Amino acid sequence: MSAAQRLKDAALTALVAFALAFPLLGFQTTETGNGYFTRFSWVAIATGAAFVGRMLLDLVPQRFHLHQYAVRYTALPEGRAVTLAAAALILFAIVLPFSPFGSRRTIDLATLALIYVILGWGLNVVVGLAGLLDLGYVAFYAVGAYSFALATEWYGLSFWEMLPIAGMIAATAGILLGLPVLRLRGDYLAIVTLGFGEIVRIVLNNWSAVTNGPNGIGDIPRPTVFGMPISPGAPTGVTTFNHVFGIEYDPLQRLIWLYYVCLAAALVINWFSLRIRRLPVGRAWEALREDEIACRALGLNPHTIKLTAFATGAMIGGFAGAIFAAKQGFISPESFNFQESATVLSIVVLGGMGSQLGVALAAVILATLPEFGRELAQYRMLFFGAAMVAIMIWRPRGLFTMRAPSVRLNQK
Amino acid sequence: MTRDALLTVANLSMRFGGVVAIDDVSFTAYGREITAIIGPNGAGKTTVFNCLTGFYRPSAGRLALTRDGKSLRLERLKGHRIVRDAGVVRTFQNVRLFAGMTVLENLVVAQHAVLTRASYYNFGGLLGLKSHRGSERAAVARAREWLDRIELTARADEPAGNLPYGAQRRLEIARAMCTGPRLLCLDEPAAGLNPRESADLARFLVSIRDRFGIGILLIEHDMSVVMGISDHIIVLNYGQKIADGAAAEIRHDPTVIAAYLGEEESA
Repeated sequence: MSAAQRLKDAALTALVAFALAFPLLGFQTTETGNGYFTRFSWVAIATGAAFVGRMLLDLVPQRFHLHQYAVRYTALPEGRAVTLAAAALILFAIVLPFSPFGSRRTIDLATLALIYVILGWGLNVVVGLAGLLDLGYVAFYAVGAYSFALATEWYGLSFWEMLPIAGMIAATAGILLGLPVLRLRGDYLAIVTLGFGEIVRIVLNNWSAVTNGPNGIGDIPRPTVFGMPISPGAPTGVTTFNHVFGIEYDPLQRLIWLYYVCLAAALVINWFSLRIRRLPVGRAWEALREDEIACRALGLNPHTIKLTAFATGAMIGGFAGAIFAAKQGFISPESFNFQESATVLSIVVLGGMGSQLGVALAAVILATLPEFGRELAQYRMLFFGAAMVAIMIWRPRGLFTMRAPSVRLNQK
Repeated sequence: MTRDALLTVANLSMRFGGVVAIDDVSFTAYGREITAIIGPNGAGKTTVFNCLTGFYRPSAGRLALTRDGKSLRLERLKGHRIVRDAGVVRTFQNVRLFAGMTVLENLVVAQHAVLTRASYYNFGGLLGLKSHRGSERAAVARAREWLDRIELTARADEPAGNLPYGAQRRLEIARAMCTGPRLLCLDEPAAGLNPRESADLARFLVSIRDRFGIGILLIEHDMSVVMGISDHIIVLNYGQKIADGAAAEIRHDPTVIAAYLGEEESA
């Protein structure tokens, strides 16, 4: 690169930095006076830093560039190694609450991570397998959570009664979304699903008579231990878990139980996803992702395939929503904004589309990264963004990119 | 051997706005025969295929397919139904494989309808029922037969997109055959193949015709393939049929020669 090129490159970078820094750093809002003050010196510093930084970066010889270390195609370690790793992970997950790490905070965080794992696997069906870009996945999560919360409020149904129903209601919502978008693909589909996600959130926010609007719904019952609630004292006629097993009540027990419920749900959904991938419908999803026209030419009905993908993804999202509502005990529309859809989509993309293990790892990373970054206070999001950029540089096609065939001719 | 009419196209027309892509074309394709459709670029050959396989709805005309003594009207069937009910399947000018899936999976996906029924719409498969496992094994066995025929057995578990071009073309034909068709429509199967591969392909098509007794409808520019294996040739030019007959007749037909080589302008 010649000096002139370097200068031009650095100037361009500085220009972008300036455009970003001017509104972001240049104005600081205050509570008093006219509401803001300016700090253009910060803008100058940022722009200058970008200019110098880019110059220095360009001076670094080519062979030290990060990009060349990017891993584009990695063979997933086959067979036994994967099974062992998965078994070790599951074992770790099972003993976690009773291990030295089993503090209140880690169990809570692990439960949240598991919910994201479930959401990631659900969206993976739609985006990773069927190749339908869905930006409004949070809608199904919300439908699951609200149908559980409202059913307990109105009909007094318990978590266990409502979990399958919540999944089914969400699946119905998935079909309802699927019907009008059958003919859409790619960008157009993304826009409509984005709109659907927003519509659901806005309805929840404004339909106060049913959803209690922005105030949300509270007092959602926790999952019982096979019908026995975990509580210090019980109303007459109800035996508590603590009473039956003679264990002293501890608020942590509820958390641990919820964690195990979540873990069990995740394992069931993992089994389900792995299995359905090898069924005709799973293969049809992947065929649809690869080439919709060829699907039609082979007698596969793209409409049915899309609807099943939306319904299956939505159902899993609904399960996650019901579990989330039970975990929080309180839900409001705020929990179901676009940010959530974006996070789940990042999980799927980061994990490697279609990869079960990759999605699980990405979910754990994305769910826990902001928590580990808490000490960094206001630079947390910066750290989060940098971590995402780093992963995308080293593994542009996601953490795991190898696709395991759904059927093999030459068994290994 | 008696000729039985498999596909009867009567007065087919396809207009896009003011453009007439196919203008009142009629022809018949027979079972156990290879029917070639030839003609200069833009003559409307692929448009005929698109009408036959439900990608376009014809502006006018009848497309009747005879199956088990019954006549099915292709222009009234939905795209995916044309394969299932009528048994008409096609390949594409630019190969359309499921590139990310393995060679074997490409062949198994093509048997989707059978597998779905056997697995009780996947619910039986989810529970691991015997009927599902049996049908899955049968599907793999059938795929295996075709892999042996197209000599790709060794590469069965590789992504289809990794195959060389000639192999991709063969795989696309095998995939179409896995749907169990009555009429196989091939859109320029020899495009991009070298002379040896073209000759292999021609032999392959003849063997499919003789072994499975199905009709093959073939669009092709490679005249060595067309003249060598076609039982019957239809020539289109500017959307109209200009000739219809056996290879020997077509070769010497003055209108065909004029369409291909250009007519001498009458002074």
